[in-house]
Amino acid sequence: MSEARLMQGNEAVAEGALMAGVRFFGGYPITPSTEIAEGMAKMLPKVGGTFIQMEDEIASMGVVLGASLAGRKVLTASSGPGISLKQELIGYAAAAEIPVVIVNVQRVGPSTGQPTAPSQGDVMQARWGTHGDHPIIALSPWSVREAFELAVRSVNLAEQFRTPVILLMDEIVGHLREKVELPDAVEIYPRRKPKKTRAEGYEPYAPDDDLVPNIADFGDGYHIHVTGLIHDETGFPVGSPKVTEDAINRLHQKIERAADEIVKVEELFMDDAEYAVVSFGGTARTVYEAVREARERGIKVGMLRLITIWPFADKAIYDLASRVKGILMVELNYGQLVNEVRRAANGQCRVDLCAKYNMQIFEPEEIGEAIDRMVAEVSGND
Amino acid sequence: MIERSYEKYFRRNRLPHLWCPGCGNGIAMKAIVQAIEGKDGWTQDNTIIVSGIGCSSRASGYMDFDTLHTAHGRAIPFATGIKLARPELNVVVITGDGDCTAIGGGHFIHGCRRNIDLTVVLFNNNIYGMTGGQASPMTPIGKRATTAPYGSVDRVFDACNLAQAAGATYVARSTAFHVQHLVKMIREGLDNKGFSFIEALVQCPTAYGRRNKLGDPAEMMAWMRDNAMMKAAWDKLPEEKRPEGKFPIGLFYQSEAIDYDTAYDHVIDIAGGR
Amino acid sequence: MKAEFTIKSERCKGCGICVAFCPKQILALDPLGKIYVADQEKCIGCGQCELRCPDYAIFVDRVKEAGAK
Repeated sequence: MSEARLMQGNEAVAEGALMAGVRFFGGYPITPSTEIAEGMAKMLPKVGGTFIQMEDEIASMGVVLGASLAGRKVLTASSGPGISLKQELIGYAAAAEIPVVIVNVQRVGPSTGQPTAPSQGDVMQARWGTHGDHPIIALSPWSVREAFELAVRSVNLAEQFRTPVILLMDEIVGHLREKVELPDAVEIYPRRKPKKTRAEGYEPYAPDDDLVPNIADFGDGYHIHVTGLIHDETGFPVGSPKVTEDAINRLHQKIERAADEIVKVEELFMDDAEYAVVSFGGTARTVYEAVREARERGIKVGMLRLITIWPFADKAIYDLASRVKGILMVELNYGQLVNEVRRAANGQCRVDLCAKYNMQIFEPEEIGEAIDRMVAEVSGND
Repeated sequence: MIERSYEKYFRRNRLPHLWCPGCGNGIAMKAIVQAIEGKDGWTQDNTIIVSGIGCSSRASGYMDFDTLHTAHGRAIPFATGIKLARPELNVVVITGDGDCTAIGGGHFIHGCRRNIDLTVVLFNNNIYGMTGGQASPMTPIGKRATTAPYGSVDRVFDACNLAQAAGATYVARSTAFHVQHLVKMIREGLDNKGFSFIEALVQCPTAYGRRNKLGDPAEMMAWMRDNAMMKAAWDKLPEEKRPEGKFPIGLFYQSEAIDYDTAYDHVIDIAGGR
Repeated sequence: MKAEFTIKSERCKGCGICVAFCPKQILALDPLGKIYVADQEKCIGCGQCELRCPDYAIFVDRVKEAGAK
């Protein structure tokens, strides 16, 4: 372990990405994510990497996708309005299967919104922001330490599944300063390489056993073709119903079949819990305090923190709903992920929403009151 | 069986290409591979072809290199990423008038500004061909398009002037009629270490020529022959004597400036990354 | 005969560019719209047809006259 340092969540993301092997960053300034770009601008050239500030958010996505195709591990970072602009090429990365990590330090929207205020309003955008059917991986940290860890994990998942990964930060964690001890090294998923030569009939989009293709890097002599058009295993566009259906199926299945590996949640105070609070990101910090206080009041309540947002923790929530009388979803938006929780709970228990979207973060008391209300209503119905 | 050595640069199993009969894109694509063929050290393994979206940009699929068919207007940012990630690679961008100067206009001028070492060949057919003939920023005033049924009133970009003003270090124009000249212009663009821009005027008989009664493909090419003037001759004419409707072709601008890779190498040196 | 032609009919789209730019007017399109050499004797092997063919469908090579060294 290196010595402990006081650092911001955004800085920790930059440190984590770098340690995970990111050697290319393209970005555009936007609050509250800019510190990530600034960190990369300073650190990347020290390790022979490349930082470039592009003319806009779309170009920032394009430049990192080009660099990824040429073999570099890549990162870009932005916030709501910028992420909206990046969507076209996030879809391109999903379709052409290009590893890339996109950090979204969420702020209040829609539109320019409240640029400096925290929000968790982009969880559905992370899932459905680009057009068409495609899977996505999104992770959300609750601490500076975890911002570092999830930055590493995002890079590794992007490489393993050759897919865009969204590191869904919020302004709370992005600008939070905590003492962190960084490891000297982290586990790294190396860039996938072709297992056949051209002479052996290499096809860049032929899936491996895990349904992920081993696409050659540009410049390695494979003469591959990469396109955002629906393509077959050769990589060339094909206007066939079967190829189209198979291509979209495989994109989904490569993530769905690995969902148990990708999805991570954390349960706290759940051993004897009769009620559960579900949350994620910076909001989970306040939930932790509220649950602790509720326990002091004698309420048997625990919490489940979603670390992986997408794919959604269907199994964990279904299981949770089977164990408790009520779930309270706490999120810093008008109510987005609550619908996923209700879907996954499948009617096994009631699911309440505690939402907030007024620039302010939650106070433990607000969540405590919502817990008390849920408990009172459930008890009254018994 | 190949008849000419340049054919080895094509994915011949994918020919014939999808372009309409008489389309000039095939001529411009051949000019690019002929320019590459004459270039020492440029191989099919170390040369990358990047294109946007549109008729022009389908060229990448027919060329036997690592090839990248990006999103509409985005070829230059992708190409920039490739070049910065692996500066030893040679990167050629194929784009069209709509792709490069409309939806990709911002990327185009900033690529020029950075002087990133790319060679960008714009296939200018004066129209959006793939979508059936809508007006582009390079559709001449008065010419008809499906979205300009009474003739276009939008003023026109001169992409060469734009490239030069934005900082490109090599700017040239040629046409599908002047094939050897076009090869030469592209070749000299490949030689330039920096952002090279070549406008290749190509005929679109289907979506542009027919609607504007410009005749068959050969007549459209004869128009290029009759109206293009070599820059040296053009420059000798005083402005008031330059014939209406004629236009110059040739090398318009070349200058020495540090390319982006070299500039960023200095950053790495200062930061101690080497 | 001054030149030999190689025509790849599968690539020819019958655009007529080679026909139009042939200085000796020896090329023509057949009823199916494919190029053919109508009067090979008059060919001077200038290569204008090959130069501007957008489809790489016609190739012309000069050959030595019979008896020439």
